[in-house]
Amino acid sequence: MPSQTCFSRRHLLKAGAVLVVNFAWDGRRAVAQDAAPGKPLDASEVDSFLAIHADGTVTVYTGKVDIGTGLRIAVRQMAAEELGIPVERISLVEGDTGLTPDQGGTGGSTGLTRGGTEVRQAAATARRALGGNVNGENFGKLMGGKPLSLKVDPKAPLRNPASYKIVGQPLPRPDVPAKCTGRNQYLQDFTLSGMLHGRIIRPSAIGGKLISVDESSIRGIPDVQIVRIESFLGVVSPDEWAAVRAARELKATWSEWQGLPGNHELEQWVRRAPLDKDQALVTKGDTAAAMRGSAKQLSATYSWPFQSHASLGPSCSIADYRPDGLTVWTSSQSTHGLRGSFAKMFNLDAAKVRVIYMDGAGSYGGNGNDDAAADAVLLSKAIGKPVRVQWMRQDEHGWDPKGPAQLLDLKAGLDGQGKIAAWETSMWLPTSVPGNRPFLGIDSAGISQAHGQGGGQISQNGDPPYETPHVSVVVHWTKESPLRISNLRAPGKIANVFAVESFTDELAAAAVMDPVAFRLRGLKDPQAIAVLQRATQMMDWKPRPSPSPKPGTGRGVAYMRYKQAENYVAMAMEVEADRVTGKIAVRRVTCAHDCGLVVNPDALRNQIEGCIVQTISRTLHEEVKFDGSRVTSTDWVSYPILRFPEVPVIEVALLDHPELPLMGAGEAATAPVAAALGNAIFDATGVRLRSVPFTAERLKTAG
Amino acid sequence: MPKYSFQLNGRPVTVDSWDPGQPLLYLLRNALGEHGPKFGCGLSQCGACTVLMDGKATRSCVTPIRQAAGKTVTTIEGLGTPEHPDAVQTAFIAEQAAQCGYCTNGMIMTATALLAQTPQPTADQVKQGLAGNLCRCGTHTRILRAVLRAAKA
Repeated sequence: MPSQTCFSRRHLLKAGAVLVVNFAWDGRRAVAQDAAPGKPLDASEVDSFLAIHADGTVTVYTGKVDIGTGLRIAVRQMAAEELGIPVERISLVEGDTGLTPDQGGTGGSTGLTRGGTEVRQAAATARRALGGNVNGENFGKLMGGKPLSLKVDPKAPLRNPASYKIVGQPLPRPDVPAKCTGRNQYLQDFTLSGMLHGRIIRPSAIGGKLISVDESSIRGIPDVQIVRIESFLGVVSPDEWAAVRAARELKATWSEWQGLPGNHELEQWVRRAPLDKDQALVTKGDTAAAMRGSAKQLSATYSWPFQSHASLGPSCSIADYRPDGLTVWTSSQSTHGLRGSFAKMFNLDAAKVRVIYMDGAGSYGGNGNDDAAADAVLLSKAIGKPVRVQWMRQDEHGWDPKGPAQLLDLKAGLDGQGKIAAWETSMWLPTSVPGNRPFLGIDSAGISQAHGQGGGQISQNGDPPYETPHVSVVVHWTKESPLRISNLRAPGKIANVFAVESFTDELAAAAVMDPVAFRLRGLKDPQAIAVLQRATQMMDWKPRPSPSPKPGTGRGVAYMRYKQAENYVAMAMEVEADRVTGKIAVRRVTCAHDCGLVVNPDALRNQIEGCIVQTISRTLHEEVKFDGSRVTSTDWVSYPILRFPEVPVIEVALLDHPELPLMGAGEAATAPVAAALGNAIFDATGVRLRSVPFTAERLKTAG
Repeated sequence: MPKYSFQLNGRPVTVDSWDPGQPLLYLLRNALGEHGPKFGCGLSQCGACTVLMDGKATRSCVTPIRQAAGKTVTTIEGLGTPEHPDAVQTAFIAEQAAQCGYCTNGMIMTATALLAQTPQPTADQVKQGLAGNLCRCGTHTRILRAVLRAAKA
C-alpha cells in the first residue's frame, strides 16, 4: 500500500500558517473572530483554495466535506495532478466557514463536480502563473510562502487526461487507518474546556407546547441545570451521564396535538392534500390520443414511504456563544448555509459566526445535524458556556427531517409490436418553499425563522429513459408534508426510478418480451447500451420473458441515467422469493457504472457498494411509522435496517471515460436498486410489489 | 463518591461514579479518554460501543460501571495504532472497510472476539457473528472481506 500521510487538523492548520498570517489554531479556543485574518474566502480567488508553502507542501481549502465518501483523497488527487506534485504533499481543510470558500452544501453528488473541479481550476491557474514548469523539486521555491493574489481563470488550461498519473489511481483514503484504530477524531469526541453536556427533551406530540416542568423529579441527579425557553426544554451538566438521566427522568407536561394522518392513511391524505400547483415537467406529443390508439394499455400506482436518514450515531454539535461571536462545531453537510441561518436567527453579523465541520456518523443528506447545532447554540447562549449536545437514539429516529413520501400514478400504451407508444407519469410531491427548513429548537423557543420546505431535486427521473413518441410527466405539488422533510440520498430519484423501471418491466411482461431486449430496443445512446449490456452479461442473463418458468428464484434488471443527464447505471439482481412465507433474499447484484472520468476507483467502488446495500435496506425494511401525534418508529427494532446475514454478493464494473467530464457518484447507484429488486421478485413469483418496503406480509398478500 | 477499579488496555485504572448504574461507555469516553467506543443507541441494538470485557464482546452502553469492576477491559485503542495496527485492524485498512467509520469500532471489536473463538470462520459464520452490528453506510461486503482476510493473516 502507498505510504500514508495523516495530518491532524492541528498540524495542517499550522502548515497553513504561512499564508494564514497570525492564525494559530487551538481547537479548544478557536472562536469566530480568530478565523484566519487575511485568508481570502471568495471563490473567485486562487488563494481561497490554495496555500503554497516554502517547503513545497500545499494546503487545499474546500467548502465541501468528506462524510465518509472519499472526497478527502479525491480532491487531493485532483489538486496534486494539476499542480504536478505528489498527493502526500497536500493537506486538506474542509467545510470551515472561517477558512474555506463557500462551494455550496455537500449534496446532490456535487462534492467533486463542483468542489473538486473548482479546486482543480484554481490549481491550473496557479500552475500557469508559476510558468508551467512546475515540478516536485522547484515548486516550493517558485511560489512558496507568498500569496498568489490571482483571480481563478476559468479558461486556464487543464492537464490532458491522457497524461494523468494520480487521478484514476485507487489511492487509500487518509482517514481509514485512524478510523480503524479508534484515533479518528469525531465531533462526538471533541471537547472544549468548561464545556457542559446538554440533552433536549422533545414534546410528546410534534405540535405539543410545554405546559409545566416538575423540577423536583430530577432532584437526585447532581449538577444539572434546566433550560426552558418557551417550549424549548433542555438540561445541561458537566457530567454527561447526569444530563442523560436528567433528560430521561425530568417530568414535563405537554399539550396534546393531533395533526398527522398516520402512516396507514398516507396515500388517501396525499390524494386529498391541498396543492400549491401542478407542473408539467415533460410534454411530448399527444399522450391522450396515442393512448387511445394503442393496442394495449396498462396503469399502476407506486408508492414510497417516509424514510429516515437513520444515522448510526445520533446528531451532535458543540456551540460556544459569546458576546463577541458564535462558534459552532458540526457534522452538517452545509456549514456555510448554517452560518447564514444562525446569523439571521440570532441577529448576528455573519462575520461573527463561524461554523466548523468535523467528522460525524454518516448523514446521507440533511439528518438531525442542523437541528442539534441549533439546540447547542440555544443552550450555550442561555448558560453562557460552551455546550455539547448529542441527541439520543429516539431523538434521531423520531425527529430527523425525513426523506419525503412519494406517490406515482403511471399509465402507458403499447403498440402492435409491443413498443411503448405513450407514457404518462403523474406524481405527488411536497412543494418547495425557499429558506431553511425550520429548526426544531428555534421554533420551540419562539424565535423567528424561515419556514422553508424542500427535499432536493425530487421530481427528476419520472420519465422513461427509452425512446417513446408521446410522454407526459406532471407533478402535483402538495402545499404541505405530514412530516418535516429534507434531502435524503438521491432525493426523489430512488422512488421515481422504482416506479418507472418497475412499470417498464410490467410493459415488457405484457409484451411477452425479455426485459433486457425490451429496454435495449428503446436505447440509442452507446453509454446507456454499454452499461445495460455489461450488468446483464455479468449476471449471465439468458433472454426470456418474466415471470420465470421456475418459481422461487428470479432475476431482475433496471437501468437509469441519473437526473437524465449524469451517470449511467444498470443493475441486475438475483433473488429467492417465497410467496408462502413472504421471505425475500437477495443473492447477487451486478452493477455497471459510468460516471465519466473516475478519480479514485476504489473510493468509487466503496460508494457504489454502499449505495446498493443501503438501498436494498431501504427497499426491504424501511418505513417511518407515525400515528396522529408523533413518529413511533424510534429505534432499530421499530425501524429495522439490513443486517449482515442478508448481504448479497456484489460485483461492480466501472466503465471509465477519462476523456469525459467527471460526474458525482455518491448517489446514482441507489436509484435502480428498488426496481431491479422488485423486478426480480416478479420474475421469481409473478407478484408485482408496488409499495416499499417489500415486507413478508406484502409479498404474501399481494394480488 | 464510589470508586471502581479495572484493567483497561493493560493498565490499572480507577474511576469515580456517582451512579453505580452509569454505563461503562460514558466513563471510558469522558473520564478515561478512550474515544474508540461510540455512542450509537444506548439500547444495545447497534454495536457501536462494543468493547472486550474479559475477552468477550460487550456492549458498553448498557454495562453498568459496577459490573466492570475487577474486570479486564480492552477498547479498540488497546489493539493497535495507526502506525502499528493489529491483524484485524490491518485487514480492515487493507480492504478500506470503512466509510463514515462510526460503526467500525464495533465491527473490529466483535470480529476480534469472533476470531478468538473461531479462528477460521466461514463467510456465513462471519455474517452470523456480525448480525448484531449495524452499518448504515453499507460497507458490509468490505467488512466481511476484512474479517476473512484477518483470519488468513
